[in-house]
Amino acid sequence: MTRFVVSRIGQSLLVLLIMSFVIYGLIGLMPGDPIDMMIASNPMMTPADAERLRALYGLDKPIIERYLNWAGAALSGDLGFSRLYAQPVLSVIGPALGNSVLLLACTIGLSVSIAVPLGVLAASRPRSLLDYGINLFAFAGISVPQFWLGLIMMLLFAVVLGWLPASGMAPSGASIGEQMRFLALPVATLTIATVGGYARYVRSSMLEVMRQDYVRTARAKGAPLRRVIWLHALRNALIPFVTILALDFGSLFSGALIVETIFSWPGMGKLIYDAVLGNDYNLAMVALMFATGLVLFANLLADLAYGWLDPRIVVGGAQI
Amino acid sequence: MKPNSPLALAMQRFVHHRLAMFSLGVLTLLLVLVLSAGLIEQLLGVDANGVDLMNRMAPGDEVHLLGTDELGRDALVRLLYGGRVSLFVGLVAALIAATIGTLVGLAAGYFGGRLDALLMRTTDSIVSLPSLPLLILLAAIDLEKFLPSTLANSENVSFARIVVIVSLLGWTTVARLVRGATLSLKERDFVLAAEGSGGGHRSIMFRHILPNLLSPIIVAVTLSVGNVILLESGLSFLGLGIQPPMASWGNMLTNAQETIWEAPMLAIWPGLLIFVTVICFNFLGDGLQDAFDPRAEL
Amino acid sequence: MPEPAIALVESRALSRTFTVGHGARATYVNAVDAVDLEIHAGETLALVGESGCGKTTLGRMLALLMQPSAGQLLIRGQDAAGLSRRQLKPLRRHVQMVFQDPVSSLNPRHPVESILSEPLQNFDLYPGPERRERVLELLEAVGLAPRDLGRYPHEFSGGQRQRITLARALVLNPDFIVADEPVSALDVSVQSQILNLLVDLRTRFSLTYLFISHDLAVVHHIADRVAVMYLGRIVELASRDRLFASPGHPYTRALLASVPEIRPGKRRIGRILPGDPPSPLSPPTGCRFHPRCPHATEPCRREAPQLAPMGNAGHLIACHNAEALA
Repeated sequence: MTRFVVSRIGQSLLVLLIMSFVIYGLIGLMPGDPIDMMIASNPMMTPADAERLRALYGLDKPIIERYLNWAGAALSGDLGFSRLYAQPVLSVIGPALGNSVLLLACTIGLSVSIAVPLGVLAASRPRSLLDYGINLFAFAGISVPQFWLGLIMMLLFAVVLGWLPASGMAPSGASIGEQMRFLALPVATLTIATVGGYARYVRSSMLEVMRQDYVRTARAKGAPLRRVIWLHALRNALIPFVTILALDFGSLFSGALIVETIFSWPGMGKLIYDAVLGNDYNLAMVALMFATGLVLFANLLADLAYGWLDPRIVVGGAQI
Repeated sequence: MKPNSPLALAMQRFVHHRLAMFSLGVLTLLLVLVLSAGLIEQLLGVDANGVDLMNRMAPGDEVHLLGTDELGRDALVRLLYGGRVSLFVGLVAALIAATIGTLVGLAAGYFGGRLDALLMRTTDSIVSLPSLPLLILLAAIDLEKFLPSTLANSENVSFARIVVIVSLLGWTTVARLVRGATLSLKERDFVLAAEGSGGGHRSIMFRHILPNLLSPIIVAVTLSVGNVILLESGLSFLGLGIQPPMASWGNMLTNAQETIWEAPMLAIWPGLLIFVTVICFNFLGDGLQDAFDPRAEL
Repeated sequence: MPEPAIALVESRALSRTFTVGHGARATYVNAVDAVDLEIHAGETLALVGESGCGKTTLGRMLALLMQPSAGQLLIRGQDAAGLSRRQLKPLRRHVQMVFQDPVSSLNPRHPVESILSEPLQNFDLYPGPERRERVLELLEAVGLAPRDLGRYPHEFSGGQRQRITLARALVLNPDFIVADEPVSALDVSVQSQILNLLVDLRTRFSLTYLFISHDLAVVHHIADRVAVMYLGRIVELASRDRLFASPGHPYTRALLASVPEIRPGKRRIGRILPGDPPSPLSPPTGCRFHPRCPHATEPCRREAPQLAPMGNAGHLIACHNAEALA
């Protein structure tokens, strides 16, 4: 088991490393002179400093050397300056990360608390109208373009009804109620897109557990139906579900990127988008690395959970 | 296709799946409409790229059935041309991704061992990356830095670029599916018999295993068309996919955000069409899956 | 009964080992353990034993469909063990296999004509229209009709599919056929049809069979000699009549005791075996049968017995107490 854990962590670190090189290389292909922009982004830099940095990172150097210099600086804490925000990159990323976490946490919380009861309900009445309805809703959820859904929500609740703000985030120090007003539409959009799929997964997970012998035995013994479903099956169905959530984190993050852009929610997604399009390459580099690291980490956790859950899987090079 | 072949039997099962048949009908109708965009353009006497700043965001009338967009161009015809682009990108990218994925999955499943481990670890790693952020990065590259200037600025380059980018990340699902199917097919006696009949690796892979892979591949391709359309429209919406004046459903929504107060319908139509198209492909794929493998549980 | 003339197929100390588990937890299974066997041209050698005894593995090795881990495998005098795929190809014209499962042994996407033409394509035989004629010839030989050429496997019954499998095995005109439980998956009424077909084909095409089965009644019908296998080893080898009349090994006796009467009035000398066959993962020491053997003695625990002739030169038994039990 430890061999599996170590090898899996090692794999993630290797991918992160490779991706850092790939991203660095791709940034170098951005419009303009990205290297020069990265160097000159700090308004307080002296020409002497700029010259020194150009000597280290300039385009006349081979990419490996540039990359290693950058990596060295990054690892020692110097992540560069953001052109767009006129601040060190880290001080920009910090709050953005927090905002995304808030958005994602609310989404996951809301989505799960709706999906689990829905999924259980559907599992307890297979092939009923409710079941098909949930299935249909799930299909719709994965088929709808999230940016369009966001626009529709905005149209309905901000333009037509005027209940909620169309974009932005509550100013700092605002009340919880005020913050929730700004959170409502982005969270709702993301939730609608994901809840169907989660409910469907809970449903099939529950059905599989309920099919197992020990549940049938409990039912045969005469235990009331609801108790059987809720106690035994749910607990066993939830664990793989949490793993699925972790595996889905990547697509959730991508969805959040779009939603943040539409609603101008100042999170990591919007940051990446603004940075790439705004030619702020220092920021883009670090933000992309953060995003990659986060998603890789979530997948790592999911894989480790799978390995721990199902001892038949893995050890060494076995394929599932 | 012979009337008694396994494929024919699957088709018979398929026509009983009402939702899938309905979706097929809708998609066919859509296909016919977008392919006749030019014809409709002429019939209505409008021009998809004809800017008319006097007539911006007009509501629908006899000439402009669905009104005009923020530059005065006819909305209906642009929707149809945009549909052509989105559908074409979706199908082409899905096919490319399926081809790559099939080759990878077949090789991994058939040869096993270290090749399998390498290919699958690569696949897993790509899956565990954040897709949209990286696609944004890829889409924002300045092509002139490594392509000759004429090529980089040609009209169709945004189209080719988005097809390449989307295929780059999309092959992983097919690869995993094909590998799994190959692993189980490899154990069947007829594969062993093929070896006994003097068949080499190539003969076994392409004559025996691949034909039996067609059903899961067709299902995977159909399901991934929907995903590709969503990705393309998302990127186009962000301004990184298909570039105007070429229309795609996604980039028609780019400016809709600003005009949402004045001309809400402009924001509704393109997304609605994306939604309908994608959900139909998903139903279609579901129906195909049931048709090919009726034993699979919901 | 053919005189023991040419050994068409011969195995010497043939073994096959499988690895189970990985790294530190790997264990080894000796599915086939140093088997010496001779199969003479024109004879039908039956290989019997319970599931897990290694008969399928041995059969596949003899059919050139699985590489041995050790030992020699002589096909018409040429050692096939350790040959590459390309080197093995010409040998495949002489050795073919018939499989147990009529469902998975035919590619569901290929019609019959394609299935039967494939071996000819691989070896470039019977070019042009001759190919179809050859295929039709074989269809007729196995009792199928020309109109079956364009049909798909799922349109046939189990018995018919086994006929197709037989036809495929015959298309290259082999000398030796390994039949792995060819009738076990069929209904009893169909079994005798296919068995009779096998007998007819044997005469018509001068075939040599290795007939693998767990069903002694079927074996009695078709075999010239019988080899009994237990946990990877051959424990007894004799002509059919001799084996059924006076089995020497306690395992053989137990097997026969559990078979419904073949010849009424025959005195049963075996006892039904208690327990299940042990797992091949951890075989017993010494004679592998000793834990279940009613006659086990001290040497049986320590030392594995070798196959040795007992009385009649054609009758080999691997048992320390063979003389005593005769």
